[in-house]
Amino acid sequence: MMSKPKIATTSLAGCFGCHMSVLDIDDRILQLVDLIEFHKSPINDIKTFSAPCLVGLIEGGCCNEENVHVLKDFRKNCQILISCGDCAIMGGIPAMRNNVPLKECLEEAYLNGVTVHNPSKKIPADPDLPLLLDRVYPCHEVVKIDYHLPGCPPSADTIWEALVALLTDKPLELPYSLIKYD
Amino acid sequence: MSGKITLIIDGQEIEAEIGQTILDAADAAGVYIPRLCAMKGLSPHGSCRVCTVHVNGRPQAACTQPVAPGMSIENETPELKAHRVSVIDMLFVEGNHYCMFCEKSGNCELQAVAYRLGILAPQHDYMFPCRGVDASHPEVFIDGNRCILCGRCVRASQELDNKNVFQFVGRGIHKRLTFNAPNNLSQTDLAGIDKAVDSCPVGAILRKGTAFSVPIGQRLYDNEPIGSEIESGRRTNDRQV
Repeated sequence: MMSKPKIATTSLAGCFGCHMSVLDIDDRILQLVDLIEFHKSPINDIKTFSAPCLVGLIEGGCCNEENVHVLKDFRKNCQILISCGDCAIMGGIPAMRNNVPLKECLEEAYLNGVTVHNPSKKIPADPDLPLLLDRVYPCHEVVKIDYHLPGCPPSADTIWEALVALLTDKPLELPYSLIKYD
Repeated sequence: MSGKITLIIDGQEIEAEIGQTILDAADAAGVYIPRLCAMKGLSPHGSCRVCTVHVNGRPQAACTQPVAPGMSIENETPELKAHRVSVIDMLFVEGNHYCMFCEKSGNCELQAVAYRLGILAPQHDYMFPCRGVDASHPEVFIDGNRCILCGRCVRASQELDNKNVFQFVGRGIHKRLTFNAPNNLSQTDLAGIDKAVDSCPVGAILRKGTAFSVPIGQRLYDNEPIGSEIESGRRTNDRQV
């Protein structure tokens, strides 16, 4: 028997809501594990790619250099990349900072905000912290993305339909009821 | 001048009256042509170009073009669909359209046309422009992030409210909506019940205190695509203005 195709998932600048929506397919997850094997994913805590994957499911846009690194790693190791959810597609809530210069964002968060308690009066700059990008980038502005599943989050049915279509070599055609941007 | 003529839309013969626009004639015949800046009860504007059809092979805005005998019109073609997708894409990337927290979501015509066209993600890069919000008015607020410059509020204020609250300033990418007051919206004679407030197709002009009053699943475009009411001849969703 051929080994099952692998799927990898990650959450970049997202809230894990899209991963919750993956789990929201309920008992269909039993059918899913018959069809696929979860590889690198927060669901099983596998941290690195050790084999090529068929599908990479990306939640969240790119707000820091680590997001870009992970996204490029996914592009290298996954045959099909899916932007899952509005953050991956258009930046989402994190992209609301795109209208404000990064310096002002950090000063508001760590120095000037009315509820800020920061006796050191310093903005965190530890080398271990991923460097923030000038703005939040949608995934398809960083790497080639093959499919987009809009929604905040995309409904479990949307994710299910998309995965089943891909795994059974059918065209991905979402019905009207599954195309939602909210 | 009045009189009945026949035209052809996508191979189907329909009856029209001299003096009607292509859009009005198509609506009356149960043929939906997507549109954003056109609205029943307002003079046509012809600015969004979503309603572009091919008339005897030439592109024309259906909302401004009067019907004429012998017209053969193409509406649902792959080429025109691609054109409409492109226009809607550009409207999305030119503004800041955060559907996930917009209270107009589900009732928004921009979103609804995108749903109907099956758009999953724009093909252009987002511009993330800097636009302002004016919440000074006691009953109404304006969010410039969501404005698509359709001009419906400008016309509704003049033609239906007999006021002149809104107007455009600037040209090209610098064009923006402004209002007839020195500093903020509360200084205008806009009232909460004005039809200009209802005319906004997106969430740029909203009445305060009405957010999320309709649950998800029961909103205007949750279950049926925009234009279904025209296609079924029901016309029930036409806003009464």
